[in-house]
Amino acid sequence: MTEYETREHDVLVIGAGGAGLRAAIEASGQGVSVGLVCKSLLGKAHTVMAEGGVAAALANVDPKDGWETHFKDTMNGGKMLNHWRMAQLHAQEAPDRVKELERWGAVFDRTKDGKILQRAFGGHTWKRLCHVGDRTGLEMIRTLQDRGVHQGIEVYMECTITELVKDGDKIAGAFGYYREDGRYILFKAKAIVLATGGTGKAYTITSNSWEYTGDGHGLAYDAGAELIDMEFIQFHPTGMVWPPGVRGILVTEGVRGEGGILRNSLGERFMFKYLPEATRNDYAADEAEAVTWVNAALAGNRTEARRPPELSTRDNVARAIYTEVKEGRGSPHGGVFLDISYQDSDRVKKKLPSMYHQFKDLADVDITAGPMEVGPTMHYTMGGIRVEAETQMSRVPGLFAAGECSGGMHGANRLGGNSLSDLVVFGKRAGAAAADYAKAMPTSLKIDDKFVNAAIAEMEEFFLRKEGKNPYDVHKELNKIMGTYVGIFREESELAIGVAKLEELKAEIKKAGAKGSKAFNPGWHMCRDLRNMMICSEAIARSALSRKESRGAHSRLDFPNTEKEWGTKNSACSKDENGNMKLEHTPLPEMPQDLKEIFVKKEPVNA
Amino acid sequence: MPESSGTGRQATLKVYRGTKDKGEFQSYKVPVEAGMVVLDAIHYIQQNFDPELAVRWNCKAAKCGSCSAEVNGMPSLMCKSRMDQFKDDEDICVQPLKTFPIIKDLVTDVSWNYEVNKKITPFSPAPDADWTIYQEDIERVQEFRKCIECFLCQNVCHVLRDHERKDNFMGPRFMVRVAGLEMHPLDEANRLKYLKDEGHIGYCNITKCCTEVCPEDIHITDNAIIPLKERVVDEFYDPLGKFIRNLLGGGKKTKASVQPVSITPSK
Ligand SMILES: Cc1cc2nc3c(=O)[nH]c(=O)nc-3n(C[C@H](O)[C@H](O)[C@H](O)COP(=O)(O)OP(=O)(O)OC[C@H]3O[C@@H](n4cnc5c(N)ncnc54)[C@H](O)[C@@H]3O)c2cc1C
Ligand code: SF4
Ligand code: SF4
Ligand code: FES
Repeated sequence: MTEYETREHDVLVIGAGGAGLRAAIEASGQGVSVGLVCKSLLGKAHTVMAEGGVAAALANVDPKDGWETHFKDTMNGGKMLNHWRMAQLHAQEAPDRVKELERWGAVFDRTKDGKILQRAFGGHTWKRLCHVGDRTGLEMIRTLQDRGVHQGIEVYMECTITELVKDGDKIAGAFGYYREDGRYILFKAKAIVLATGGTGKAYTITSNSWEYTGDGHGLAYDAGAELIDMEFIQFHPTGMVWPPGVRGILVTEGVRGEGGILRNSLGERFMFKYLPEATRNDYAADEAEAVTWVNAALAGNRTEARRPPELSTRDNVARAIYTEVKEGRGSPHGGVFLDISYQDSDRVKKKLPSMYHQFKDLADVDITAGPMEVGPTMHYTMGGIRVEAETQMSRVPGLFAAGECSGGMHGANRLGGNSLSDLVVFGKRAGAAAADYAKAMPTSLKIDDKFVNAAIAEMEEFFLRKEGKNPYDVHKELNKIMGTYVGIFREESELAIGVAKLEELKAEIKKAGAKGSKAFNPGWHMCRDLRNMMICSEAIARSALSRKESRGAHSRLDFPNTEKEWGTKNSACSKDENGNMKLEHTPLPEMPQDLKEIFVKKEPVNA
Repeated sequence: MPESSGTGRQATLKVYRGTKDKGEFQSYKVPVEAGMVVLDAIHYIQQNFDPELAVRWNCKAAKCGSCSAEVNGMPSLMCKSRMDQFKDDEDICVQPLKTFPIIKDLVTDVSWNYEVNKKITPFSPAPDADWTIYQEDIERVQEFRKCIECFLCQNVCHVLRDHERKDNFMGPRFMVRVAGLEMHPLDEANRLKYLKDEGHIGYCNITKCCTEVCPEDIHITDNAIIPLKERVVDEFYDPLGKFIRNLLGGGKKTKASVQPVSITPSK
């Protein structure tokens, strides 16, 4: 029998991005023993890449801001499909979580009067994003990391979890391998917090890294949890389009927040055309008003002018760009132009330093001298593990989820900046609830050898497939299916083909094989990652096929309108007794009356 | 219509394959596309020839500090190293960082750095601190906090690279980190004894090699190490001077006020 190491913790946190680190800090602060596992080195998780900022209604720049407005913007951005209670907790608690980061050493940019500076972002009524130039995620992860290492949290770096193990219906542990040498490890734990991030690697053009294979989604699904809202995939409107090697890499929304202008090949500022009726009044009526807004923002003054149309929500801007390109008004490399070069070049370098370098070093473009070329890129997974709002516990006792891998908070479309705040608000909540849960569990749980043996056998089998397929080839096929049939604009016939093709590809995944040794072998790792990506892709495609309307990030050509009746339902995927995916439509929790009153306008029509 | 991205060129990469004890350079021919970086070429090899090739990466945009390697002898981020900087017939040699033990291929064991970090006294503000902070007071600290922990500076510093003093010397990355804490306007801890006796800041003889490789353009020597060295000297070797300076301008902050050199992006 293959040997494996065994470790025991009260709480095991899987994932060391913002959500996982914040959960681990909270749990260990409650005096329980905490293990923290991550696939990369500590500090390299996705959170490090976040650029634009963290949303919190501190009202430092726009004194009229407050949690109600943040709540309302979040729900409107999510096209009212968000779990209202999560959106409420998020808006109420984000300011304290940001201030806490500052107390722990984060050094945010400042206002003239010495407070945390906030910038404008799409869909946010007021200037709300606390930031550090365009490297806010780095500031956040480093702060949490440095806080965490002094708290006695045991960190397992470059360790991948492949299985969750249960005792009866309760979570009892997790199994995985060290990437370095392929050694196996079993964690016994009373509670587990999943904080594994998203599923971007299901698509070719994405701002996401190799880590985003939807592991937490897959692990939770296999363990009996539900995946909700999976049809809602955020295509960020501005990814790089040229050169090919950088296609998909993010261009922060901060560029538009600082006044960046979108134009097509005819020089038209096309976003004015694409403002949805329901929110048109929140945006500048013409270029003159947009210019007034930008000038005031640059000078740090207040203004009655409304924000530029480029700051519409992401789903809307992404569709607009897609349409401009499709109708032949794109830039030379199949994007549109994003221009900030009309502003003072030193200021641009100061406020957007990494964008300046990214374009200069990778694309030979000086963004202070000319426009960038940008187009949509797969960016964020709104859907995820269904959790209870206050505690973040899934329907599997002892299994919690926070951050991008959880579902409900962002509804049909996430607003920029609302993820970093989500991580700290719900990371803290999940950590606290997991610690409580573990403390209330008197005895340690039993793990049956047969689970461990099966988990080992699964990983070993990849080496036995002598004539195995190259896992990277299978991955490419998966990407092609998702990009072709389950992209930005969707249609019944295409989605049905997509679902069928995914079904066929399942057989190919079973053929993927690994060569060589278990020592740091990315091909071997990919063989297992494919299974998670398949679960996510299937959930995305099936949910998208079932939702016969357009809402937020889900755009159906055959059902272009937002339908009232669909506004009360979440798609929920889970595993049935036969191991097949079951799709249900479950009722959205109803918002209490006092919160309903915050919405003066009625439900948004099609965006 | 996107224009064709091929350049018709093929590059030859010689990539270190093996472990700490045993390894060799293996040659691969990779088609070059416009704007391609070395990391793209490594991924091409991984996907088409050898899924076993070990490499670290995450962001592909010089933000995470994962993909450090030595490319034709130059310590760099592979995701930022353009293929068009090499001549057509030039072999491109890619090998792991020399200062750290090789795990496999391009992946090295950098865990030592995480151990050093743990020893640094964390941020310690006064419980009743006033959190009104002005931009000009944090400009310098923000420079240090740009660090992406690529460990390229650690890799080139001769104290660690040639003299193997990992037992004793914290290296430039962690002097940058300490500088970020010591110069934070609200931090109250004192890390000078640690710098002198455990971090051995004295081993640094200001060769500036670290500054030259920093992909974040942090002025490691001028803005972090030299001011810290001055503080250490003041604290331990010139107590009278320190006393007088304290009388004139008050505690900790005075000693930090060495003017930072201007932060102009150079790359
Ligand atoms: C380029 C970019 C810019 C962004 N900018 C912003 C922004 O300005 N504002 C904003 O609010 N949001 C932004 N986002 C979104 C935001 O950064 C992410 O949604 C967020 O960081 C996710 O955090 P997380 O903690 O959920 O996961 P991550 O930070 O991605 O961490 C996931 C962790 O899980 C680990 N993991 C995964 N699978 C396993 C496994 N099987 N076993 C063990 N460990 C595992 C990983 O190793 C990693 O440590 C941006 C995203 C990108 C890509
Ligand atoms: S300046 Fe000091 S820390 Fe930097 S490389 Fe030289 S000796 Fe090392
Ligand atoms: S200081 Fe610069 S070179 Fe050193 S680890 Fe940080 S970013 Fe890398
Ligand atoms: S991959 Fe992140 S720095 Fe190169």
